Amino acid sequence: MNYSAFKILTQGLTGNKGWKPAWRDPKPKDSYDVVIVGGGGHGLSTAHYLAKTYGITNVAVLEKGWLGSGNIGRNTTIIRSNYMLPGNEPFYELSLKLWEGLEQDFNYNAMVSQRSILNLFHSDPQRDAFVRRANAMMLAGADAELADQQQLRRELPFLDFDNARFPIKGGLYQRRGGTVRHDAVAWGYARGADSHGVDIIQNCEVTGFEIENGVCIGVRSSKGSIRAKKVAVCVAGSSSRVMSLAGMRLPIESHVLQAFVTEGLKPTLPGVITFGAGHFYVSQSDKGGLVFGGDIDGYNTYAQRGNLPVVEDVAEGGMAIMPMIGRTRLLRSWGGVMDMSMDGSPFIDKTHIEGLYFNGGWCYGGFKATPASGYCYAHLLANDTPHPVATEMRLDRFKRGHIIDEKGQGNQPNLH
Amino acid sequence: MIINHPLLGPRDSAEFTYLGDARLIDRPDWQSDTATAEFHDYGYLRDNPAGNHRELWFHEGGDRSWLVVTRNTVTHEIKSVELARDVARAQGRSK
Repeated sequence: MNYSAFKILTQGLTGNKGWKPAWRDPKPKDSYDVVIVGGGGHGLSTAHYLAKTYGITNVAVLEKGWLGSGNIGRNTTIIRSNYMLPGNEPFYELSLKLWEGLEQDFNYNAMVSQRSILNLFHSDPQRDAFVRRANAMMLAGADAELADQQQLRRELPFLDFDNARFPIKGGLYQRRGGTVRHDAVAWGYARGADSHGVDIIQNCEVTGFEIENGVCIGVRSSKGSIRAKKVAVCVAGSSSRVMSLAGMRLPIESHVLQAFVTEGLKPTLPGVITFGAGHFYVSQSDKGGLVFGGDIDGYNTYAQRGNLPVVEDVAEGGMAIMPMIGRTRLLRSWGGVMDMSMDGSPFIDKTHIEGLYFNGGWCYGGFKATPASGYCYAHLLANDTPHPVATEMRLDRFKRGHIIDEKGQGNQPNLH
Repeated sequence: MIINHPLLGPRDSAEFTYLGDARLIDRPDWQSDTATAEFHDYGYLRDNPAGNHRELWFHEGGDRSWLVVTRNTVTHEIKSVELARDVARAQGRSK
């Protein structure tokens, strides 16, 4: 069923009795061409592009819980492509371009809102670094715009420009950045994949891999054994647990990132704003709540909740750039578990086991990457060669010395 | 989280910085024939278990000792806390 304004009108006039479930609830078949392990945003997006762009439709997506139960529903919904390194920036720019055409592509309202993202800077050296980043972004075809303090005083008068310790000197805009309704992304991709014949199987946990003579020929699951020509793991947050079933150790630690939302307010923030002297980012949802977050808690964990020291740190970050945030009341906070990789960048690669593919290590940047991650993973699964913008995202890059370390922190996952 | 420091008693985990898996104590032998591969695994690969995890915490805001904390990564429950010095010595890492 194609969704359209006309459909809403005719359905409204006929008692809304013609709506059908957005995807089927099939039983798993005995075998598939590709089995995708993990029905999060990236897994569903992989299935969608595999079927739609690469014509491989004999595909199953196995999800342990229900669709949207993982990090696709726990992030702060920001999209952007303001990276710097050549191994990253073209990839994230492809992702932003895919976001721009996404709703037409999968015929679903994901509320993609390019309301801009602004990275504040607080010193002259930091401005120089941001100018360099802006140039790198523009070289990769992205948009970037430097705003001085005067301009920001006009546009965002509520910021604490004259903060004694971290005065706001200006900021780097990416006007095409913004926010997306995150669970609609999961539903839209699920519906898109399903409409091309992909089987989405929920409440189906993968408990092991069938590996014979170094070749992966299927998975064992809570709904029985399923054979597959290719098995594509896509379970960021639980990557180490799942890949250990295949005997692999990964360059990844699992960490928790907390997020917060306040009570609903009248329109206050035009776009996404980030603090340059600490770790804090904030936007306003369409319901009116301020959605914000900051640093990861910093220790290995699989608990989807964090601890209070980081709550305090995030609140301090908010108070440092916009003191008016202190007048709002916090409604909810939650945590999501993420793969923190050794250089802060992700992996989309084959493994040393033939037929077994891996996508993970998204750190806290997985949401914005959802379309390109799926697109490039589908490309890899279909052609057995990496997509041109994902050639650096290899598992063996540490061995080769070709790390993609945006922050220059070295192999310390909790610093990325 | 409260870390029960062996010398100082219960301390807030915010006083500590976190390094990672306590296997980092087992630095490979640089003279080994396979040192390159061993240092790659040492530097970059982690078990990252869901469950009990032995990990290194540094008491930066305190007595600056290194601790080996055994903590459950699913519940955050801390099972035991040892001085990293004692652990390393028990493994023959130091004279």
